[in-house]
Amino acid sequence: MTVPASESGIHKRVVLAEADIDRALTRIAHEILEANKGSRDLVLLGIPRRGFPLAQRLAQKIAAVDPTVDPDLITGQLDVTMYRDDLRRHPTRSPLATQLPPSGIDDKVVVLVDDVLYSGRTIRAGLDALADLGRPRAVRLAVLVDRGHRELPIRADHVGKNLPTSSQERVRVHLAEIDLIGGSPVDEVVIEDRA
Amino acid sequence: MKHLLSTQDLSARSALRLLDTAEEMAAVGEREIKKLPALRGRTVVNLFFEDSTRTRISFEAAAKRLSADVINFAAKGSSVSKGESLKDTAQTLEAMSADAVVIRHPASGAPARLAASGWIDAAVVNAGDGTHEHPTQALLDAFTLRRHWARIAGTPSAGTTLAGMKVLIVGDVLHSRVARSNVWLLTTLGAEVLLAGPPTLLPVGVGSWPCRVFYNLDDALAERPDAVMMLRLQAERMNAAFFPSTREYSRRWGFDDGRLALLDTMGLDDTVIMHPGPMNRGLEISSAAADSPRSTVLAQVRNGVSVRMAALYLLLSGDPQDDDAADGRADQDDPPATTPEGRTP
Amino acid sequence: MSHDTTPRPDDAGYLIRGASLLGGAPTDLLVRGGVIAALGPEAGRDAGTDAVTIEADGLVALPGMVDLHTHLREPGREDAETVETGSRAAALGGFTAIHAMANSSPVADTAGVVEQVYRLGLASGWVEVRPVGAVTVGLGGERLAELGAMAESRAGVRVFSDDGICVHDPVLMRRALEYVKAFDGVIAQHAQEPRLTEGAQMNEGDVSAVLGLTGWPAVAEESIIARDVLLAQHVGSRLHVCHVSTAGSVEIIRWAKARGIDVTAEVTPHHLLLTDELVRSYDPVYKVNPPLRTSDDVHALRAALADGTIDVVGTDHAPHPSEHKECEWAQAAMGMTGLETALSVVQHAMVETGLLDWEGFARVTSATPARIGRLAHQGRPLAVGEPANLILVDPAARWTVDPSTMATKGRNSPFRGLELPGRVRATFFGGHPTVLDGSLATPRPTPHSAPHGEQTGAQGGLQGGLQGGLQGGEAPAWNI
Repeated sequence: MTVPASESGIHKRVVLAEADIDRALTRIAHEILEANKGSRDLVLLGIPRRGFPLAQRLAQKIAAVDPTVDPDLITGQLDVTMYRDDLRRHPTRSPLATQLPPSGIDDKVVVLVDDVLYSGRTIRAGLDALADLGRPRAVRLAVLVDRGHRELPIRADHVGKNLPTSSQERVRVHLAEIDLIGGSPVDEVVIEDRA
Repeated sequence: MKHLLSTQDLSARSALRLLDTAEEMAAVGEREIKKLPALRGRTVVNLFFEDSTRTRISFEAAAKRLSADVINFAAKGSSVSKGESLKDTAQTLEAMSADAVVIRHPASGAPARLAASGWIDAAVVNAGDGTHEHPTQALLDAFTLRRHWARIAGTPSAGTTLAGMKVLIVGDVLHSRVARSNVWLLTTLGAEVLLAGPPTLLPVGVGSWPCRVFYNLDDALAERPDAVMMLRLQAERMNAAFFPSTREYSRRWGFDDGRLALLDTMGLDDTVIMHPGPMNRGLEISSAAADSPRSTVLAQVRNGVSVRMAALYLLLSGDPQDDDAADGRADQDDPPATTPEGRTP
Repeated sequence: MSHDTTPRPDDAGYLIRGASLLGGAPTDLLVRGGVIAALGPEAGRDAGTDAVTIEADGLVALPGMVDLHTHLREPGREDAETVETGSRAAALGGFTAIHAMANSSPVADTAGVVEQVYRLGLASGWVEVRPVGAVTVGLGGERLAELGAMAESRAGVRVFSDDGICVHDPVLMRRALEYVKAFDGVIAQHAQEPRLTEGAQMNEGDVSAVLGLTGWPAVAEESIIARDVLLAQHVGSRLHVCHVSTAGSVEIIRWAKARGIDVTAEVTPHHLLLTDELVRSYDPVYKVNPPLRTSDDVHALRAALADGTIDVVGTDHAPHPSEHKECEWAQAAMGMTGLETALSVVQHAMVETGLLDWEGFARVTSATPARIGRLAHQGRPLAVGEPANLILVDPAARWTVDPSTMATKGRNSPFRGLELPGRVRATFFGGHPTVLDGSLATPRPTPHSAPHGEQTGAQGGLQGGLQGGLQGGEAPAWNI
């Protein structure tokens, strides 16, 4: 058995810095507008917790391109906790709020937004949750990082960065809206490796 | 949290978690599709040794909205009334793979006994035991009070406590499981609890409770409570020399029209009147009070389903080995643990 | 059966080497012929070569314990306990005499039933089994049972009690107290005012308020004791108060004794150690009557036992079949086993706290209960010529209570899992070792003087003859 390199036994490596994240989101925002042929009927639903601030940022970038868009009116949060298939495998999760934009989701083009796409099970739960809330015209998926290892036939429409990883590694997304490191807000994506 | 047996052993953290989860459940109740798949394939048994249609259907609705299978076991008229012991009944339910047992029992401590005996692995939810506790009733009362204050303040209720609130509980505290559960829970959540009732219906030992006690209802009302919770007067107390007559009880301890008007006179515009139901109209509460805009009686019933959904969800959804300290991890999306599903470690 | 020619160890004797008499200096004892034949250096000299030697280094020799309060359940509830199993438990616990309470089924309210219990005790041979007679017919609290017939029976009953139920009718209590004077009997009262304790489940106080269990207020015990000591004074009778459980009762008894009233009082081991805080578990193993009280009460009871206000320890050993405890609190039976833990609990609560020395221990567990029950040959000093009812105790031993290994049928020990001091290493009953090396040995053979069980039951008659003026003259069965 080897002695871990650091005290915690975890190696960290920054793969996306603040500017990288911003660039990726800008690109995704443009892709969304392009795929949708404009902002019509667009609704961005972030999956908590980090999907929601990402959805807000995307909405702002869309609004920057299309000034007719009020970012608050096209953004919402979709909690998928109660739809997960792994509830019994983990400590009890508290459900978080689901908030839809005032227009609802019926006949809208809903873009689910999440930070990391991995097995695809969260998105599967999100699709089930959506079905209980209404009937969108189309559902698309935008993620900041796709790290592979899919376990379901699910694919992202918009990806910030494809990140080949091993299953021993852990991808962590830190967003300034939520994450404080050493007391200051941080925007970064890191890979942690259990040495 | 493995069981929900009493509010006395409920930490502020667990209580808030229950109430916050209930907020999300309440939101589901406002949707067109009022059903969640969280407890699909789980079995909840309503084991009722006492008639209580209200509580049973509330738990039944809660379990069904979470997609659990529900078995109603009314002990009256069943083998239990033929002398089958609680132990044998419990083991029967265990053999039927019950994941949760919601138990209502006339004996104080029966749910605790069920939970600690080793007769059964299921989560035990106390739906009222004797004169001990009725924790989900207290939770729905706290939930109702929290929402009431949030509405006045125009702020969201999630995450808030009852700090600064003054709640007056009136009546037969001695025999009331609702009163006991509320005393512990409301004080845990930061409220100040006042008790008022005839000295014969306050337990010996009430002096050690975290409450002020009044023998005169009007003195207690002069403390300007934010909520007045009227307890039901059980018929069997009426002829047991606890008080001279129901008329005298009603005059001294009932929330009558005069006291309803007094709230207005005192300028207590935001004070609500609560009752766990079923009400004895004209006895502990007048019809005018029960039907006034101050009354939260129907909101309490509505909130009961949300709170019971929260309790069942939190008891049944997680890994049974977990402790609730680990909740902080829950926001890691996708496979949050070291072992993604379907893979061997 | 007892006239065979096989040499028996009891005849050759037992040489106990180096036992500390009542905690004093190590001494040798020779037990032979049912009595303490010699003490000190003479013991070794007098012992023949065929005497069995018992090394008792570090062990304390005490008079065999006498329990005034045991429920043996036979006849009627042999699933809970029998005279045989209960007296085995007693021997293991260091007892040489126990009083079998009257609440059997049928109730021990006639000469026939008490003689049956008495005969079963003789046949078992582990300890002396003294039946307690019921005060009222069927414990019904309405008519006096035939107290005289039970006193004059072969069982020689001297202690009468409706234990489990209070003799609450003041006239009936007065008459009972008066009547038993004729044969030097004593009424052992279960002090519980019935109206104040309807449906009572536990001590009324802070804990019952929280648990929502109907309270058993201290005043329900104290008011009956106050009434009874005044009645006893008025009619000049002796009164024994069973299982005193409250500080207030102690005060009343102290007052009564100061007034010269002939009252004795008993406390159980569990009331010397446990409090109503345990009820928070709702585990019916802690359900008992009178109920576990507060720590203030426990301390008052200990002090009272130390200063003599409370005279004796009585176990109130109350075995129950498991189904009567594996249920809801309110449905559960009241009572705890106690025979096999009494010595350890009292050592823990009284001796190790410095409240009693071993001499005091012998007083409250042996000498005084024997005097109250009028057992002249029990609870005697450890002196030459005295009946050899004695035990050897290892006070330094520590053990963890495991009800499943006990001799009693009852598994309802509230001390389960507790580590306690003190173990009985040997029990000598009428010169015969019923317990050796901490394990059951053999029951005492039927005494020589009584070839048939039918004729063995005369010691009660003797006691009555000596002290109550009834017929006497026959040799008591156990007092060779």
